[in-house]
Amino acid sequence: MRDRLRNLDWIDLFLWIVRAAIVAVILVGTVKTILNNPYTLRNWEDFIIFGIAQGSMYALIAIGYTLVYGVLQMINFAHGEFFMSGIFASTSAVAIPLARAGYLASHPIPSLLLIALCSILISISISLLTERIAYRPLRHAPRLMPLITAIGASFFWQYYFRGLFGSQVIPFPDIPQLEGTVPFLHTQVLKSHVLVIFVTLVVLVGLNFFITSTRPGKAIRAVAENKDVAALMGINVNRTISLTFATGAAMAGVAGMLYALVFHQVHFFMGFIPGIKAFTAAVLGGIGSIPGAAVGGLFLGLFESLGPSLFLQSLGIPAFNQLKDVIAFTMLVLVLIFRPQGIVGERLKEKKA
Amino acid sequence: MSFFKDLDLRKLGMQLLVASIITLSVSAIGMVELFGGRFVITGLFTMAQILFLGPTAFFAYRAAQEAPAGKKWLGLLKALLLGVGVGIVMFTFVWLAQNFDVRSVFINISPRLINILSFEHAGGATTLFLALVGSALAGGALALVPDKLRKALLLGASITLLVGLLSEILAERLRSLFSSQLSSAIIASKALQVIPATVLFVLVSAISYLRQSGRIGTGKIGPDLKPSQAKIVRTALISLLLLVLPMLLGSYLTEVTNNIGLFFLMGLGLNIVVGLAGLLDLGYVAFFAIGAYTMAALTSTGHLGVAGISFWVALPICVAVAALAGFILGMPVLRMRGDYLAIVTLGFGEIIRILALSDLMKPYIGGAQGILNIPKPTVGDLALIRPEQMYYVILIGVAIAMFMSTRVRDSQIGRRWMAMREDEDVAEAMGINLVNTKLLAFTIGAGFSGLAGAIFASKLGSIFPHSFNLLISINVLSLIIVGGLGSIPGTLVGAIILVGLPELLREFAEFRWLAYGVLLVTMMLSRPEGFIPSETIKRELHAGDEAAEQAG
Repeated sequence: MRDRLRNLDWIDLFLWIVRAAIVAVILVGTVKTILNNPYTLRNWEDFIIFGIAQGSMYALIAIGYTLVYGVLQMINFAHGEFFMSGIFASTSAVAIPLARAGYLASHPIPSLLLIALCSILISISISLLTERIAYRPLRHAPRLMPLITAIGASFFWQYYFRGLFGSQVIPFPDIPQLEGTVPFLHTQVLKSHVLVIFVTLVVLVGLNFFITSTRPGKAIRAVAENKDVAALMGINVNRTISLTFATGAAMAGVAGMLYALVFHQVHFFMGFIPGIKAFTAAVLGGIGSIPGAAVGGLFLGLFESLGPSLFLQSLGIPAFNQLKDVIAFTMLVLVLIFRPQGIVGERLKEKKA
Repeated sequence: MSFFKDLDLRKLGMQLLVASIITLSVSAIGMVELFGGRFVITGLFTMAQILFLGPTAFFAYRAAQEAPAGKKWLGLLKALLLGVGVGIVMFTFVWLAQNFDVRSVFINISPRLINILSFEHAGGATTLFLALVGSALAGGALALVPDKLRKALLLGASITLLVGLLSEILAERLRSLFSSQLSSAIIASKALQVIPATVLFVLVSAISYLRQSGRIGTGKIGPDLKPSQAKIVRTALISLLLLVLPMLLGSYLTEVTNNIGLFFLMGLGLNIVVGLAGLLDLGYVAFFAIGAYTMAALTSTGHLGVAGISFWVALPICVAVAALAGFILGMPVLRMRGDYLAIVTLGFGEIIRILALSDLMKPYIGGAQGILNIPKPTVGDLALIRPEQMYYVILIGVAIAMFMSTRVRDSQIGRRWMAMREDEDVAEAMGINLVNTKLLAFTIGAGFSGLAGAIFASKLGSIFPHSFNLLISINVLSLIIVGGLGSIPGTLVGAIILVGLPELLREFAEFRWLAYGVLLVTMMLSRPEGFIPSETIKRELHAGDEAAEQAG
């Protein structure tokens, strides 16, 4: 027993050193930046608005992780592919033909709605297929098995869509009406960022209504609470789980649409990194909690957008923007190690885990 | 109405849908076109035809098998319906592709694809329809054949297919080992000739059939030996074969064998981490990279080399550094639950890859340009430059790793790992220190991977961060899952299938990751214990079946 305690002690010590080192890096970097002040106020505002726009996308994707985790206690590794499939397919098959026909430029609103609808529907179908084929048969298997099929499904969809639409980066057609900026307070904001933030807000409010006040939404919560009791209450558990996947995938489809509007390009591999980052956001907010996912997404987006300039640059790191992804991944590792229950979220109940 | 009930139209419709989707998919994602030029039997049929006719035959067979006993003819009717259904779908597909511009969206639906699908002649859509119906009927007929004969026929067909696909390499070997006449008599223009193919098919099928009926081959060959003596003889034979293997295989195949060996080495390490200890590590490539970069930095004669020591001195250092990295990275992460561990290790792998690419580390490890001028290992004055020479280095590494992992698996530590894999709480209650035990698995696994990385760096002579992406981790994970988690021979078989085959079938490399994805899902669904399962895992996974059987 004493042996064991001593053992835990030095690992704890190691963890404390890691924690202290990271806090030191952030503090020293931030203080130096504040003293040097290399950016104008305008720059910082741009960083913040970009962070919020990016964070909105993370939030939307993170909801898919959190919903599925809440219901099945499983990390849906293929969720990034749901995000990719919708917008990748509808860019190639809908947006580009529309742009070629000139309809996109003349009627931007119906075309964008059509593209978004296709993106959502394709994401939903991919998620339902994946759930039915790769997850449902393994619902009672050891935890490792659905995780492995999830990895398999993820690779399958990536390379399937690569085969269908090609491996090159496909540019999303420009929409003239969405270019340029609008004044906001005393600064200028890109129109596409305004659209992203607005759409995210609307979708989140809609989702909240769906989950809290409609019958299917209540069924999802009941199944998340306890599958057996929910089944006894007359809820079709299988159908509710499918619905959960579909809801998450619909959010991913919207996020895909917003991604294309902000970054103007799609690619078969585009789901991987946003997928992991959104998972980080979901964990940050406390996995299983929907408001948590939204807050976690925003937080991660801001942190990632501000981080490199705030505390990496002044430490004299060359080409500090290359390390943007490292910030997100480090955050992921740190949160999972130190606060797996999330920063703002509820503590996971023992029986669920 | 019992006729329709027996026909089970709902299920048949489902099978029709799945068969159509698969056939459409293999065409639309470019697989058919890619294999269009790959004849299996010269002038007779290509791999592409197997790809677009095979799914129909398979689902027709499945549908026919489900026909109720006593009404076996119904099976043929079901197969016919299915064939007609898929035929109509594919006919429409070809018609659409010929009359509309679909290529601007689906880049792989090319005129060449349509040519292949319509058997290279005008009006071939009808031929395609007939071929699909024909293969569905063949599949249905297969369901009527007695079990033993069916197994024999399928085995014969798959062996013939495999030999046909690998015939290019086979021809080269036959030429250099025997004579070019023999080679061209059997293999012409990269495919089997008709007569040798028929002979091979009949021979394999006949032997398999007779073996199943117990008429030949079940008896012992050679003199009677005690089990212990037999084991010595077997080991001696295998060692001898392994020693002369490069001479039999030639340069190219030896190079492939070397790659298999390196992945096998990594597989052995990951097998300890995932297979025995049950810790899903998706950042395994990080240790491979650490081993490779350590070797590069220690031995390189370029400007990034720091020590300039020899391969043999650097090798143990590389293993130690990788193991230490495993220990340090393992410490914080090993307390978390299984699925979180997978994501964290994935994050670690990506962090290391991005750092290796960044300007921050460029002065030390070269950024995207990597480290060049890594010398080959030397023995005395002889530098081991050719793959046939590197083979022995890898063989020694594999032998050491196999010996170690067998010993560790059967030791008390191995049992602790397996106990932990089954149930952490129970294992802890039994007095197992979870963190230490996990750390040990992580460290040993990392060491194996570092060894593979070090040899890899020296074999290639230069290393770049792009060689160390997530796909390597997924590749190693796939091969131990396909072979059988926790099983050492399984890992070898997995490495041969997943590393060897894609290198031999170069067209296949394009769809390697797609196939891995399918393989991971289907293995988990139908054979989670792998092709060559370890005894314990098999028992565990099928415990439920036995209990159900006993319960009646």
